[in-house]
Amino acid sequence: MITITVRLFAGARDAAGTASVVLSVAEGSPAEVVLHSLVQKYPKLERWKPYLKLAVNQAYAKPGDLLSDGDEVAVIPPVSGG
Amino acid sequence: MPKSLIDITPGPLSLAETAAFVNDPAAGGIDIFIGTTRNNAEGRQVLFLEYEAYPPMALSLMRELAEEIGRKWEITKIAMVHRIGRVDIGEASVIIAVSSPHRNEAFLACRYAIDTLKATVPIWKKEYFAGGEIWVGQPNLES
Repeated sequence: MITITVRLFAGARDAAGTASVVLSVAEGSPAEVVLHSLVQKYPKLERWKPYLKLAVNQAYAKPGDLLSDGDEVAVIPPVSGG
Repeated sequence: MPKSLIDITPGPLSLAETAAFVNDPAAGGIDIFIGTTRNNAEGRQVLFLEYEAYPPMALSLMRELAEEIGRKWEITKIAMVHRIGRVDIGEASVIIAVSSPHRNEAFLACRYAIDTLKATVPIWKKEYFAGGEIWVGQPNLES
């Protein structure tokens, strides 16, 4: 198993009720596993799922990108800067 | 990579400092965009906005954007400064300033910078309006 730190922002954080959580996932897991795990832990995120992007170590990631031990995964709801 | 000023800050933004940064003897023009808090949105009366960022990723993307702009157009300097925390009506949330030898590139680069920042950089605004609050761009999940 590998350890992933997940950070949630904005509306996703409000829906989950937490800004950060540490997850244990199988080695070689794709990034999308993080979303599945989060939705199980925080059911209110289910409706957000289609609108969430993921970033791994501060760069946008595709759902299939593989995770490594110690990665920081961010849950990115629709951005609205500027 | 053009000389750049990339920053995310909780304090009020300084137009004078940002303009002074991009000013350069080799530049013939400066284009500046200032994003300000508007008092209304979709029929709601807006009281103020509150911005949140994922700073390490936002800064990284803003730096990449500055590099990309330097490759696309001949510009001299670029500044992208975004405020976080509360931004009241009429106050600046973001300033983008670009200097270039000729004005055409400054206009194009500045436009591209704000458009791309708004589409990609992990910064979010929460709108506080008369009657409640909402994350701008949040999907309508009640159905």
